[in-house]
Amino acid sequence: MGTILEMRNITKIFPGVKALDNVNFEVEAGEIHALVGENGAGKSTLMNVLSGIYPYGTYSGEIVFDGKVCAFRDVKDSEKVGIAIIHQELALQPYMSIAENLFLGNERQKRGFIDWNRTQLEARELLKKVRLNENAQTLVKDIGVGKQQLVEIAKALAKKVKLLILDEPTAALNDEDSNNLLNLILELKKDGITCILISHKLNEILKVADSITILRDGATIETLKVGVDVIDEDRIIKGMVGRTLVNRFPKREPKIGDVVFEVRDWNVYHPLIPDRQVIKNVNIKVRRGEVVGISGLMGAGRTEFAMSIFGKAYGTRISGQIFKDGKPVQFNTVRDAIDHGVSYLTEDRKSAGLILIDDIRHNITLPSLKKISKRSFIDQNREILVAEEYRSKLDIKSSSILQKTGNLSGGNQQKVVLSRWIFSRPDVLILDEPTRGIDVGAKYEIYTIINQLADEGKSIIFISSELPEILGICDRIYVMNDGRIVGELTREEASSESIMKCIMQSNREVS
Amino acid sequence: MENIGKTIKNNLRQYAMLIALVVIMIFFQIATGGILLYPMNVTNLVLQNSYVLILAIGMTLCILTGGNIDLSVGSVVAFVGAVSGTLMIDMKMPMFPALLITLAVGLIIGIWQGFWIAYVRIPAFIVTLAGMLIFRGLTNTILRGLTLAPYPKEYQVISGGFIPDFLNFFGAGFNVTTIVVGIVFSLLYVIMAIKKRKERAGYGFENSPTLFFIIQAIIVVCGIMLLSYWLSAYKGIPVIFVIIATLVAGYTVFTQNTAPGRYIYAMGGNEKAARLSGVNTNKVLFFTYVNMAVLATIAGISFSSRINSASPVAGQNFELDAIAACFIGGASVTGGVGTVIGAIIGALVMGVLNNGMSIMGVGIDMQMTIKGLVLLIAVAFDVISKRKSRG
Repeated sequence: MGTILEMRNITKIFPGVKALDNVNFEVEAGEIHALVGENGAGKSTLMNVLSGIYPYGTYSGEIVFDGKVCAFRDVKDSEKVGIAIIHQELALQPYMSIAENLFLGNERQKRGFIDWNRTQLEARELLKKVRLNENAQTLVKDIGVGKQQLVEIAKALAKKVKLLILDEPTAALNDEDSNNLLNLILELKKDGITCILISHKLNEILKVADSITILRDGATIETLKVGVDVIDEDRIIKGMVGRTLVNRFPKREPKIGDVVFEVRDWNVYHPLIPDRQVIKNVNIKVRRGEVVGISGLMGAGRTEFAMSIFGKAYGTRISGQIFKDGKPVQFNTVRDAIDHGVSYLTEDRKSAGLILIDDIRHNITLPSLKKISKRSFIDQNREILVAEEYRSKLDIKSSSILQKTGNLSGGNQQKVVLSRWIFSRPDVLILDEPTRGIDVGAKYEIYTIINQLADEGKSIIFISSELPEILGICDRIYVMNDGRIVGELTREEASSESIMKCIMQSNREVS
Repeated sequence: MENIGKTIKNNLRQYAMLIALVVIMIFFQIATGGILLYPMNVTNLVLQNSYVLILAIGMTLCILTGGNIDLSVGSVVAFVGAVSGTLMIDMKMPMFPALLITLAVGLIIGIWQGFWIAYVRIPAFIVTLAGMLIFRGLTNTILRGLTLAPYPKEYQVISGGFIPDFLNFFGAGFNVTTIVVGIVFSLLYVIMAIKKRKERAGYGFENSPTLFFIIQAIIVVCGIMLLSYWLSAYKGIPVIFVIIATLVAGYTVFTQNTAPGRYIYAMGGNEKAARLSGVNTNKVLFFTYVNMAVLATIAGISFSSRINSASPVAGQNFELDAIAACFIGGASVTGGVGTVIGAIIGALVMGVLNNGMSIMGVGIDMQMTIKGLVLLIAVAFDVISKRKSRG
């Protein structure tokens, strides 16, 4: 069918960083083209150049779409020729109806007034096309993320899209919704719509993609064609990281002591729906120097459990007992928990972890200001010393401790939050998805830090959705499903299969 | 030299409003033919703006917690004036018990508003808009729509009095005490600054270049000495000036060097993160509004003392002046950024504009228009320069 899009020698420079370096990218008409690479490899930057978010002139190189050289000044320009991008964070108005959202900025009008009948009619057609069985009058806030994603696609279709760009469309979806979405993309392909798919989930890519382009450090590594090249996950990973990953997890000889922290008969109810029980009779134990994993699918209740322990930061009608060093303790506030040597690193470092407008120094010391105060006045010199110490110890790449944390990369942001909690000198450190959204190199560094902490005799509770890392660094693993602990596995017993088996079995028992 | 250039550039944003203030002062000094910086007028500037300066301090803290403002302060100023007036003028109560009761009333107002804002979590905008109506209404109820006057002499001292010139042994023609105080504070500043530099050097931290430091010290000392010269050439140090200076110094130390102060910034920067770091954000918000009401009470006392009456229309639009001062002084609309000193400079910019234009005979109508434009330009400058620095 020929080439629909050609991006030639695209170079985009941000102050101090070359985000894209002479990238060439070619998409055939009517294909599904996957774009893969580590975080920071330049995928999103490339798509932002393509869709006009970075206007013509802020990058060098050439974009040829549909045989014409393009110079987009903004997103409207690229939409006009038929390019639509759907971002990871959906851009829908929650308090507007599906129909209103579909034609937002593209209203169906008659003599300057909105033609509501036509809006309804066309909305219904579009929804049928994306197989979304919802009334077009429903407010967007009342439908789930999976359906919202479909509305976004329908919105693109309303603009007569030729090339659809999907940035991590399944990141927030469960398996069923993900499958639906992938099938829809295949369907759209039959209608002649070309699709660029950015995803970290290699299994999905292998399922739908016709070609795969791998980016690394702002440069194209290679483009693989299905049916021409031999493609499997290992090959793609190798291309992404530039080496075969042998040691993804640093080694550690566990020196495990007595039980330090124990939670008994823990029950928690939903804060807004008071008769929904989120955590059901959970019992866990953690020993000195031990890394204990909590594994489970999204929505299993792991974060809710951790936060409810951490000074009741989540939930209502919390019951159960906490023991620290064998003695019963009560954490009524976050402060109580911190003062008793229990710290919690949030899964959402941007919205619940860091103060992005403040610097590294203040972010590290926030929960521990007492430690650096003399007669209730903060000793600013000591604060600087502390910040400098952690900046070098955890190798936080930054211009200085006065750099705003909002300007750091994901991995370095995570190291700042880690520094904060290490400096609070906890005995028990709960890490909730500490490696989410950071690249392979930084992950390794974080694992190393976790190992060091365990060697120093701290107890670590490690929550993660990624099975390989749970298996790679934990001494013992609790499996959680639907608010219950449904299995406890030693390092030897644990495998992807045994964990999934625990979950599946418990699902069967419930139904 | 390159180093100094860099330091100046880094500090330029921080000092932008201060430089703007100086430029505005120079402009009016020329435009009014030297009247603006006439010693009597400098003292007047301080007295006229005392209430905005006090309110701006409290308003800064409110804005820091997350862009919250307090619309009720103007009405609270009128209300506490009515209370103190009723106590002292109607009931002839002696000043000190009357002041204590007035302050207690302010505290209760703060607890009332703080409760709704921090624990019921009704937006501060709504609670204080309600407070604006409630306390204006109560003022009228107490005063029955009338103005009470005059206050006893000792009450008028609060914003009309001056520190006596007890060091003037030789019968000099100027206020000797003021000059001595100026010298003492200049020396204190220099000693503290040098000590801080030595400490930092001792830790091996980077200091600003020596030349830059010396220039900075000279500017500050000149500023202090100029001010004390102006004050001494008229009647000396106003009592209210001492109160304001103490408040500014106290609140600067509080916000910069104590944990509760840091919590206010943290809450405005990211409330969720602050809460998960053990900050009791409800408590922070509550005490910020209690504090605001108490400062509004002090402003109310100083204002009623200045106009020497308790009036039902006192304090109108004071909240807007205070809010404008904070934003001109660099506070962020979303919270987490801003300083007490910045708000003071913002308030002085507005004050000098008012005073200068009045001397020039510019009408009230034009004054308002110009002040509005200055607010808009100052915040626009801030927003645009931030966008540029982000690249």
